Amino acid sequence: MAGEAIDFNPSFGYLPLRKHVDASPIITLTTVVKQFGRFAALRGVSAEFMPGRLYAILGDNGAGKTTLLRVLAGLAQPTRGSVAILGTTELRSVCHELGYMAHPSLLYDEMSGMENLRYFGRLYGISDPTAANMTAVGLDHTLTRPVAQYSQGMRQRLSLARALLNDPKLLLLDEPFSNVDLRSAREMVTLLAQMRSAGKTIFVVTHQASLLEGTADEFVWMEAGQITNRTRELQPVEVR
Amino acid sequence: MSKSSAVPSGVTGATLAKDLRLEWRSKDALNSMLFFSLLVVVVFSFSFDPNAEESRQIAGGLVWVAFLFAAVVALNQTWARELRNHVLDAYRVSPAPANSLFVAKALGNFIFVAVLEILMTPLFIMFYKLRALGPAWQLIPVAALGTWAMVVNGTFFAAISLRTRSREIMLPLLLFPVSIPALLAMVNATTAILTGELSAKFWIVLLSTYDVVFTIACLLLFDLVLNAE
Repeated sequence: MAGEAIDFNPSFGYLPLRKHVDASPIITLTTVVKQFGRFAALRGVSAEFMPGRLYAILGDNGAGKTTLLRVLAGLAQPTRGSVAILGTTELRSVCHELGYMAHPSLLYDEMSGMENLRYFGRLYGISDPTAANMTAVGLDHTLTRPVAQYSQGMRQRLSLARALLNDPKLLLLDEPFSNVDLRSAREMVTLLAQMRSAGKTIFVVTHQASLLEGTADEFVWMEAGQITNRTRELQPVEVR
Repeated sequence: MSKSSAVPSGVTGATLAKDLRLEWRSKDALNSMLFFSLLVVVVFSFSFDPNAEESRQIAGGLVWVAFLFAAVVALNQTWARELRNHVLDAYRVSPAPANSLFVAKALGNFIFVAVLEILMTPLFIMFYKLRALGPAWQLIPVAALGTWAMVVNGTFFAAISLRTRSREIMLPLLLFPVSIPALLAMVNATTAILTGELSAKFWIVLLSTYDVVFTIACLLLFDLVLNAE
């Protein structure tokens, strides 16, 4: 990956061109334990993740996938162990480099798509998000109706647009394809592939692993709060 | 699109504008507060039949208790909005400072309760035949300081009770004991102004001190509250 130049993709023009010259991990997890009362959602997770790659996080319900993403996003503090992102364990100092899309939409239902983007843009010091933020995810920026009247697929797309507002280096996506029709999901995968090509590191928690076959650089398998396997291919035997 | 690692500016204004827009569209908080206050005025006016002098003695307590209970409705509503779709998480992952959110919420609640007071005061005057015998202008600082005392603590404790199972009950349980000194000052200042018997200055100073102390305390502690798991 070191010194690798990546062509600018004209179909995703609002992302700046990134060139990777740094082969150090973007994320380092060191024996991370996360407990909720007596229940351990993460049990000593240690791993390194390289920049500019798309990781698919797979596993059954309760495997710890969402907790792992929340720990990476800084929304949950590890009970033990440490998390380093972009070389620092002070996650607050790198939050402007992070985009987070949760299973809930993280959007105000009473506001339109652009109103939501304008507000969340201000939280990152972006005074005026452009129509490109909406059109990049296949949404019409002139839509004035409130998000409450959007279809689930449109909400997911808008939620992705919100996560991309600050042009993050690290994108954490929790179930981005849930309740989305197959065509829209494939379009989202194409978009993620373009963003990965533009140099972003992307984590996708999903139960629809087959959608990322041929796109994800690595499949990270979790079970009972631990990473049990990391594979380059989606092994059919492990798809349940 | 430029990106900066600096703390973004204008977050308080943007959050306040967003809250006012959402309230203008839904009118959830204002309608609930108005309905509740109206009920208090009407029920008490039927329950008691005070003469003008008795009205001046009891009006301070009646008015502020009605506004305090009504404010609790608004305080719960404004944070409840942030829980729907887990929107608060989007704020927490952003570089926006926690205190900007707190100040915006407190200012928003101040505006909502102030609107309620402006709408309800003529009704109180009419139903209880109120006329101030002391310096009536002093009611303005008492109202402003008293309202801020209610909303600054209310916003803080509503955020604490946000993640509890019975937050509608938890908020008054936390808020009312802490509000007793402020309530005492508000009621005594209002009564002093209405009856004209004593000076309200001591109570106004007490209320100002209370506001300063609790505003600073809330600002210092809000980051912990927002990021508590």
